[in-house]
Amino acid sequence: MTLMAEPSSTGRFGEFGGRFVPETLVPACQELEVAFREAWADPSFRLELHEILRDYAGRPSIITECKNLGRELGIRLVLKREDLNHTGSHKINNVLGQTLLAKRMGKKRIVAETGAGQHGVASATAAALMGLECKVYMGAVDVERQELNVFRMRLLGSEVEAVQSGSRTLKDAVNEAMRDWVATVESTHYCLGSVMGPHPYPWMVREFHRVIGDEAREQCRAAYGADPDVVVACVGGGSNAMGIFSGFVDTDARLVGVEPAGGAAVGRGVPGVVHGMRSYLMQDEYGQVQEAHSISAGLDYPGVGPEHSYLASIGRAEYPAVTDAEVIDAFQLLARTEGIIPALECAHALAWIAREAHAFQGKTVLMNLSGRGDKDVAQMMEILK
Amino acid sequence: MSQTPAAPGSTAYGRMEQSFRDKRAAGRKLLVPYITGGLPGWEDALRAAVAAGADAIEIGIPFSDPVMDGPVIQEASQRALDAGATPVSIFDQARSLDVDVPLAVMCYYNTVHHAGHHRFAEQLVAAGVCAAIVPDLPLEESGPWCEAADASSIETVMLAAPTAPDDRLPRVCARARGFVYSVGLLGVTGERSALAATATALATRLKAVTDVPVLVGVGVSNAAQAREAVQVADGVVQGASVVRRLLEGGAEAVGEYIAEVRAAIDD
Repeated sequence: MTLMAEPSSTGRFGEFGGRFVPETLVPACQELEVAFREAWADPSFRLELHEILRDYAGRPSIITECKNLGRELGIRLVLKREDLNHTGSHKINNVLGQTLLAKRMGKKRIVAETGAGQHGVASATAAALMGLECKVYMGAVDVERQELNVFRMRLLGSEVEAVQSGSRTLKDAVNEAMRDWVATVESTHYCLGSVMGPHPYPWMVREFHRVIGDEAREQCRAAYGADPDVVVACVGGGSNAMGIFSGFVDTDARLVGVEPAGGAAVGRGVPGVVHGMRSYLMQDEYGQVQEAHSISAGLDYPGVGPEHSYLASIGRAEYPAVTDAEVIDAFQLLARTEGIIPALECAHALAWIAREAHAFQGKTVLMNLSGRGDKDVAQMMEILK
Repeated sequence: MSQTPAAPGSTAYGRMEQSFRDKRAAGRKLLVPYITGGLPGWEDALRAAVAAGADAIEIGIPFSDPVMDGPVIQEASQRALDAGATPVSIFDQARSLDVDVPLAVMCYYNTVHHAGHHRFAEQLVAAGVCAAIVPDLPLEESGPWCEAADASSIETVMLAAPTAPDDRLPRVCARARGFVYSVGLLGVTGERSALAATATALATRLKAVTDVPVLVGVGVSNAAQAREAVQVADGVVQGASVVRRLLEGGAEAVGEYIAEVRAAIDD
C-alpha cells in the first residue's frame, strides 16, 4: 500500500480511523466525503484554492536555515515557516480548503473547535472572507489562557462560546462542536481543525495541509540538492505534522512527531474510540478519556489523528515526548539565537531537536515551525517572572 | 411490513423484544425511562420508575465525553463519575436490583471497545442486562459488537435518525433487536418546549418499514409530548426529564413523573 494515500472505503488507515458518529451525522459525513472527493479531483476547485492560498494566505511559505542555532547544535536546522502565513499558523491551509468546500456544498454556517485559538482564529478569518456565519467552541480554561485570540475571533465577527463541561479544554470543545453539528447539520459544516474525527476528516485535512510538505520538499531540493535526513513536527491532533510528513513519507527521511509528555497519545495511549475515530487514546482502565496536560493549549488533546497511529504502528514515524520545562527552554532558545519567537506548540519540536541533536550531528533537520509565538508571550511572561 | 428475523442461529426474539411485542399486541404503549447508573440514589429511582409502570429501564453508563447528551445528562454523568461510578460498579449494583422488567444499558462505544466486545457482552449477561444502546456506533461500524452481542443473546437497539435517507431505514431496522430507537429531533438529549415535527415524521417512516417496536427518544420532554409521540410510535424513551427529576427531587419525584407519563400514554 502506498503510504499517505487515500484511506480504505471505511476510512481506515490500517486498523485506525473509521466513522464512529451518531446515526444523525452519518449522512453528513457521507455527503462531505463525496463533495471533497469531487472537489479535490476538480481542477477549478484546486486552482481557486491555490489562488486564495497564494493571494490571501501568502503561500508559498519560505524555508529559513537557522545558521546560529544550527552551529550551536551541530546540525543544519531548516525551518518551514508556517508562522508567516496569514493568521500566524498552518491552520489557515485547512480552513480555506474547508470553507471553500462548505460554500460549494451550499452551507451557510460553520462551527469549529479550538485549543490555543489558532484554528478558531483561522476559521473566523475564513468565515469573514467567505461570508459564512461562524461559531467557535473553546474550553473555558483555554479562553482564560488565550484571551487575545478570543478577542481576535470576536473582532472577526465570530461567536465564541467558552465550554464549561469536562476538562474544559480542547477535547470538550470538540464534544460541544459535535453537539452543535448534530443539531444544525442541515445548514452547518463542521470545520474540524485537525487530522482527526470521523472519515473523511483525517484524510481531507491532511490533503489540505499537504501543500506544506510539497513546498518544503521542492525548497529543500532547490537549496540543498537533497531531502532532509530528519523531519520534525509537534503533534497534538497532528495536522501540521501530517502536512509536512506527506512531502517526505516516500523518502529516506526519519519522520518525528513530538508529543507533550502530558498528552502523549501515541507514547502512552492504547487504541480507543472517541470523536468519531479509532486511534491511540489516553484513557483509564474503564475507557474514560483522560485529560491531557501541557503548557500549550494547542497540544492538550488526549487523542491523536488515526493516520499518526498507523504510521507509528508500522514504524514509519516515531513519536517521542518532551516535558514542559524542555519546551520553555526551546521557546527562549529560538528567540535568542534566531530572532524568531515560536508558538509553544512547535517549541515542542525544537525541544526534541535540541535534546537529540547529538545523535545526528552534521545532518539536515527540517522542522515545521507551525505557528508564531505572539499568542504565547503573555503566558511566558508569567512563567518566566 | 417486513418480517425482521431474530438473531441468527436463534428462532426467538430476545427477552426485551418479546416482552415489547407481547405488550404491544395487548394494546399497551411502551414507556422506557433512562436513569444514569451510579448517580447517588439511582437504584431507588429505578425501582420507583418500575413500580410506576415503566416497561423497561435504560441504565446510562456514564462516560467522560458524552457527545449525544445535553446539559442535564452530562451533569448526571459527571456527578456519577465523581462519585466513583464505573461500568463494573454499576453492573454489580444492577445484579441485585431484583426488578421484573428488562434492563438495557446506554453506553458510548469506547466503554465497549475498551472492555472488549465479547467480555462486555458477558458482563451485561452477568449483570442481568438484556440489551445495549450504543449511540455513537452507527450501522456501518456496528458489525463486530453486534456479532459478540448476538452470541451472548444481548439485544442491540439501533438508533434511526431523522437525517437518514429512505433506503437506510430498512437496513437499520433489520439490524435492530429489542426495539428501534427513533431519534426525535436533530440534536442532543434534553427537554424541549414542544415535540419536534421530526419525531412523529420519523416514527411514521419507521413504522412503514418494520414490525420491530419503534420507540421515540431524545426530546420527548413531558407527559403530553409522550402522548403525542405514541399516537404514531409504539412507545417512548424518557431521558433528561427523568434525570432532572432525579437530580432535583430524588426517587420519589421520578416515581411520580413516570406515573404521570404512564397515565397520559394509557389514556
